[in-house]
Amino acid sequence: MNNKILSESSEWTFELIERYNQEIARVAANFKLDTYPLQVEIITSEQMMDAYSSVGMPLGYSHWSFGKQFLATEQRYRRGFMGLAYEIVINSDPCIAYLMEENTMMMQALVIAHAGYGHNSFFKNNYLFTTWTSADAIIDYLLFAKNYIADCEERYGVEAVEATLDSCHAIMNYGVDRYKRPPKLSISKEIARQKEREAYMQSQLNELWRTIPQKEEDVANDSAQTYPSEPQENLLYFIEKNAPLLEPWQREIVRIVRKVAQYFYPQRQTQVMNEGWATFWHYTILNQMYDEGLLSDGFMIEFLQSHTNVVAQASFDSKFYNGINPYALGFAMMSDIKRICQEPTEEDRQWFPEFAGSDWLETLDFAMRNFKDESFIAQYLSPKLIRDFKLFTVLDDDRQNELEISVIHNEEGYQRVRQNLSDQYNLGNNEPNIQVYNIDRRGDRSLTLRHVQYNRRPLADTMTEVLKHVARLWGFKVRLETLKEDGSVELTQQVEPDNQV
Amino acid sequence: MAQIIDRRLNGKNKSAVNRQRFLKRYSEQIRKAVSDAIAGRSITDMEQGETVSIPAKDISEPTFRHGQGGKRQTVYTGNKEFSPGDKIPRPSGQAGGKGGKASNSGEGMDEFAFQLSKEEFLEFFFEDLELPNLVKTKLATIQEHKTVRAGHSSDGVPTNIHIVQSMRGALARRIALRGPYHKQIAELERELAGLALIPEADEKDKEKLREEIKELKAKAGRIPFIDPFDLRFHNRIEQPKPTTQAVMFCLMDISGSMDQNKKDIAKRFFILLYLFLKRTYEKIDIVFISHHTIAKEVTEEEFFYSRETGGTVVSSALRLMDDIMKERYPSGDWNIYAAQASDGDNWNDDSPICRNLLIENIVPYLQYYAYIEITTENPQNLWREYLKVKGGCSNFAMQRIETVGDIYPVFRELFKKQLV
Repeated sequence: MNNKILSESSEWTFELIERYNQEIARVAANFKLDTYPLQVEIITSEQMMDAYSSVGMPLGYSHWSFGKQFLATEQRYRRGFMGLAYEIVINSDPCIAYLMEENTMMMQALVIAHAGYGHNSFFKNNYLFTTWTSADAIIDYLLFAKNYIADCEERYGVEAVEATLDSCHAIMNYGVDRYKRPPKLSISKEIARQKEREAYMQSQLNELWRTIPQKEEDVANDSAQTYPSEPQENLLYFIEKNAPLLEPWQREIVRIVRKVAQYFYPQRQTQVMNEGWATFWHYTILNQMYDEGLLSDGFMIEFLQSHTNVVAQASFDSKFYNGINPYALGFAMMSDIKRICQEPTEEDRQWFPEFAGSDWLETLDFAMRNFKDESFIAQYLSPKLIRDFKLFTVLDDDRQNELEISVIHNEEGYQRVRQNLSDQYNLGNNEPNIQVYNIDRRGDRSLTLRHVQYNRRPLADTMTEVLKHVARLWGFKVRLETLKEDGSVELTQQVEPDNQV
Repeated sequence: MAQIIDRRLNGKNKSAVNRQRFLKRYSEQIRKAVSDAIAGRSITDMEQGETVSIPAKDISEPTFRHGQGGKRQTVYTGNKEFSPGDKIPRPSGQAGGKGGKASNSGEGMDEFAFQLSKEEFLEFFFEDLELPNLVKTKLATIQEHKTVRAGHSSDGVPTNIHIVQSMRGALARRIALRGPYHKQIAELERELAGLALIPEADEKDKEKLREEIKELKAKAGRIPFIDPFDLRFHNRIEQPKPTTQAVMFCLMDISGSMDQNKKDIAKRFFILLYLFLKRTYEKIDIVFISHHTIAKEVTEEEFFYSRETGGTVVSSALRLMDDIMKERYPSGDWNIYAAQASDGDNWNDDSPICRNLLIENIVPYLQYYAYIEITTENPQNLWREYLKVKGGCSNFAMQRIETVGDIYPVFRELFKKQLV
């Protein structure tokens, strides 16, 4: 019997969590994981569902769609279709990780290692997160948003606020700056700036309202040009700044939704990496602790079972197949990088000359910091993994009667299948590319959006509904054009503003 | 060092607001789903939540998405027999190759199902129903009071003296006040006994001690047996006495013409009425009166399942109800509701008697009287006589029902909001 073993029973206590956390922190530090301070919160399953339905925002503003989410989660949970996610972790400083009280000690330790040190270090160091999110300001900002929206509801009525939020949510995915770095904000600055904005916002809209007569050549020049001079990808930002009829409070709500979208944007781009990283580290840390004699065999068996479930990958023809499991792919890639560093084969040296045989901790750290899913896969997916996962590409072309297997996991296919998989994680390909193209300043003030078609893929029917939402925000007619791959442009849809959406 | 915080005691209903918003926003659809659910299930288990589903397309949140068509390449795992260039037929009903892309987010499902709690379910069910003529409940705001005992107080009127408590207090006081005297007396007596053992002791000293003892005893004796301070009185306080009790009379014809199907319909009607009353009143008594040519008070079991042959005399049941009301349920204390179910058959001569009984003896004391006639035939004379009652009494309602499906609308009709 080893005296160092932390616990035998599956019951957890606060003291035990504390001790496990100390050990995990120590091991993580040995592996040079750089993390925000950790705040572990014990919650009930019901609270977990609450957290779940507010899409991981610790302080969400009120909206019916979160209620819908809650009901759906509750329903699935009750029927036993779904175990609750055993972890929710908030990208904030300090990093907040939720532990569910129903879990066993093993699960609590796993979650602490996975979320509290894995995700945590990813949040702190990945370039997307450091560029796009301000972990120290997010809680304050969400609090500000919640209070502001509650205020608006009091002043302008729940329905009006809800309608605005609905419209914003519809184009939330187009509320993201992909290339511009947002400035960091503190809560006091944010409030001060919000006041300022509200006061001066209307005066900034004179581009549309300008009534002073212009010289004729100006008019000629003007109408020839489009406004904005370059297409704008951030629809919500454009609306916030330019929509002529929005009330100041509505602009602020547009802004809040935009900020929240921006905050979650990196998470959507780094699913595989983030989960892979966290899974890799809970696996590595707990194994290290076992090797040091801190964990019992029973603990380890329970842990391995749950770990194996997490990283299971079904085949395409299995009834459990639900796409590629980001945990499985991420974990396999992280482990594979370690393998390539420690025991490179001839093939690995040929494919990854720059890091085969190097220090694995440094290589992994570099990979974690500087990539997103798309580039991470393009850079690191090895032929061995392609073979292990038996990856293959199906080409679905609506001009062909049959599907075609375009690439498989063979010598000729590695590069292309890797490229295909990387593209699959490219949000730019997955989401239709829609940008603000023009507003008709001289005429009917209509807003023209342009959809740049990719691989001839059309927009789903939901676009009409979305356009109605855009029209509600814009206040005038909204047009959607499609730029086809052959360069022709056609008007796809136009929607008159109507307060009933 | 990590902080560990126990949040379990924090409010767990963070989503309650959002949940309510959702229910409110889609109340139309949910109400319809609830209606369907009621039609579908036995009303004996009304007191449960319900899984309702509403069309997912009504509640979807639209976003820009790619639709079907165009060209797309998808990577899958677990290749077994495919080689590059293989052609496979397009699986029907799915775009973008195989695999379950359509259902993984739940968005693709046609129905959005979720659980309504029992309260929410009933709330929807009873929505915009209102207890008719809530005269008594309104009066309850000028509540009756009753006095209840609430411990003891140290002052009050002599009639309220609590003798046992007072005596107990007096005894305690006496013991407490005598204590020091008794101690001194015991001491002196010990001294005296000591002196008695010494033969040469001065008799004067002894005498002095005896004197002292006597004096102390007298002092102790002077402690009053009872003192105003000891008195305790019953404390009575006034408590509002809400009339939140109701009695519900269920009257049903069990003659041969009422078959099980009709009884079933009647049963549901009674249960609905019961549920409805239960939301308003804390305590509800139910009296079951079944009748053919004679009426008797029966148990619920007998009420719904016994069956008699022969004719029908409705007035017998009304008389019995009148008697029971007078005897057990004075209308000052009880809110009285009555529901009568019948197939409309009655001796012709009896119907006017029923009318008079209702108008004179019953309906004036009632909150509400609901009569349902379960029949597909033409109205008979009972219906016609009852129509006259309806003309004179605003708290009398009558309806005809043909099938189980009619119950709900009829129920609503009976209890629909009465515009003042």
